[in-house]
Amino acid sequence: MLEIKNLHVEVEGQPILNGIDLVIPDGEVHAIMGPNGSGKSTLSYVIAGKDEYDITKGDILYNGESILEMDPAERVAAGLFLAFQYPIEIPGVATMTFLRTAINAVRKERDQEELSIPDMMKLIQAKAKDLGVKPEMLKRGLNVGFSGGEKKRMEILQMALLDPGMCILDETDSGLDIDALRIVSEGVNALRSETRSMLVITHYQRLLNYIVPDKVHVMSDGKIARTGGKELALELEEAGYAEYDDELA
Amino acid sequence: MVAVKETIDHVKELELEKYKYGFTTDIETVKAPKGLSEDIVKFISDKKDEPEWMLEWRLDAYQRWLTMKEPEWAKVEYEKPNFQDLYYYAAPKSTEGPKSLDEVDPELLATYEKLGIPLKEQAVLAGVEGAKIAMDVVFDSVSVVTTFKDELAKAGVIFCSISEAIKEHPELVKKYLGSVVPKSDNFYATLNSAVFSDGSFVYIPPGVRCPMELSTYFRINEENTGQFERTLIIADKGSYVSYLEGCTAPMRDENQLHAAVVELIALDDAEIKYSTVQNWYPGDKDGKGGVYNFVTKRGDCRGNNSKISWTQVETGSAITWKYPSCILRGDNSQGEFYSIAISNGMQQVDSGTKMIHLGKNTSSRIISKGISAGKSSNTYRGLVSAHKKASNARNFTQCDSLLIGDQCSAHTVPYIEAKNSSATFEHEATTSKISDDQMFYAQARGLNEEEAVALIVNGFAREVIQKLPMEFMAETQRLIGISLEGSVG
Repeated sequence: MLEIKNLHVEVEGQPILNGIDLVIPDGEVHAIMGPNGSGKSTLSYVIAGKDEYDITKGDILYNGESILEMDPAERVAAGLFLAFQYPIEIPGVATMTFLRTAINAVRKERDQEELSIPDMMKLIQAKAKDLGVKPEMLKRGLNVGFSGGEKKRMEILQMALLDPGMCILDETDSGLDIDALRIVSEGVNALRSETRSMLVITHYQRLLNYIVPDKVHVMSDGKIARTGGKELALELEEAGYAEYDDELA
Repeated sequence: MVAVKETIDHVKELELEKYKYGFTTDIETVKAPKGLSEDIVKFISDKKDEPEWMLEWRLDAYQRWLTMKEPEWAKVEYEKPNFQDLYYYAAPKSTEGPKSLDEVDPELLATYEKLGIPLKEQAVLAGVEGAKIAMDVVFDSVSVVTTFKDELAKAGVIFCSISEAIKEHPELVKKYLGSVVPKSDNFYATLNSAVFSDGSFVYIPPGVRCPMELSTYFRINEENTGQFERTLIIADKGSYVSYLEGCTAPMRDENQLHAAVVELIALDDAEIKYSTVQNWYPGDKDGKGGVYNFVTKRGDCRGNNSKISWTQVETGSAITWKYPSCILRGDNSQGEFYSIAISNGMQQVDSGTKMIHLGKNTSSRIISKGISAGKSSNTYRGLVSAHKKASNARNFTQCDSLLIGDQCSAHTVPYIEAKNSSATFEHEATTSKISDDQMFYAQARGLNEEEAVALIVNGFAREVIQKLPMEFMAETQRLIGISLEGSVG
């Protein structure tokens, strides 16, 4: 369970998040929607532990423990996973090598036995196949020369391999055509379970046709402005964000 | 740049204090008196029981050296060594006598065990099935043992210390010593010619593919001692050899001088692959101590269709100053230079290569990967030249620099001289930084900071790592980790 309590965050003295309260129980999928600049991506980076943000007030608890003192790798080991809006390229590092390094780093931190290379290859190849990731892609430099759809599929593959309890998907739908969106969404839905929760951040309702949320939150000006069921997303699609965005109003 | 900055601070604290080869061995030694003079040159020659011609060669070099000045064109700053305040010869007392593994001083065996180099005639490296590596081990000024000699002799391969070669194979030594790096070549090579104390000698007879990797491990132990080793490798017609060189030294507050000369000769259709992993003590975080590594390495592709390939991983030394080069004399000969140079703390590296195209249809390839961290300075300096007669000479050069943090520097100084209009020379250079975004992305996949830096740097240097012999690959990946560590792997 993820609990965010009265979270205030600044970047270089500029307030971005102004008191977020949010609880995501085990097994639930929540969506956060909102206009550009409302703080959606900041929230995802703060949960993952990027260090250019100053947390001035509040706390983030995962399974009852504060994660604020943990470095990003420790948060991954604890079960948090962030799928990036813009996955980063690491030239020269074969995707397979990166996946193997990440899996064993996390297993080690979780006090699990490291996987042997053959077991690892089997695991990665099987999950890759499910997501339509071609074996050839695993040999290339991580995210180097990948299309938008390939990058997002790679994010979901990593999510599947690192076995997180809490997945945060930051604008996973951006830059995807309708076929890619369907494949990625199916990959995400396959990971839904009673013990795994998700936070889906998106600007558009479209994604939520595929990944159907239990709850929808509207974020505006660094706060949760409204919370509702999945029908709230449809309502927003009709009315737009004008109500929540000072500049648009 | 916060994450990267922290990484660098981390690197500074951990790596430089953690040089794991920094211990000293307490062993009784025989030393020459301090300082340099004709008498010292004679002392060294006498200690080694050398023939008269060798002594004359040394004395001639010494006289020439007296007229030379220490060069200053490299982009490095250091306090010049006081040549009268150094010992030019130091040898463990116990090695004065016959050499076989059983007779090696147990203290020395323990030293190499601790360095991770068990001196046993068996598959040396764990994880590499059936890999045998014959090894010549140089401790301060002398070779203490050479393994697998008998097995190599069956193939006709001569692998021994240069001191032994001077006595046992004078015709080969006379013919080739100084034929690639003349004794008056440059200040440090000339000094080496006068006082070189030991090193390795390799001769591969015509048509023989050397049945195992050959290797020399250099260790400087004594205080205030210069190490002047001399390596000579001859690949006769149609032969092949792969040679590995490794080096470490204890942590000392004074600077130690290492001025080696390596000469390679490849005759018709022969190939030499020479790989170095240099991990001399780099000095502490304030730049105190560390090895001055002033080395002249040159290969001569003397025969047609010959090939010489240099691969180097430079992670240690306070000052590195070396340019493993190829003279492409034979028609259709090929030269290669693959380099990873890592500098951290206060280290200064000025390294590169020279590809001298003399024969027809010669080709060369240079891939240099420089990684600078801390307050270090890392310079690639390279020359590619084509002689008037070198028709259709071809070169491809790629120099990539990676910066970690904002206090280090990287420089690229390529010289290109084409005196033949049919030459094709290509040069590409890039400079990049490890970005905070790359660091965060890797960390958000469960890698800690050190693992993340190691992974990114290994990716950057991948092209060169792949050129290393299997035995060195894993070691290098680990060493990259340690050098940028507490980490880079």
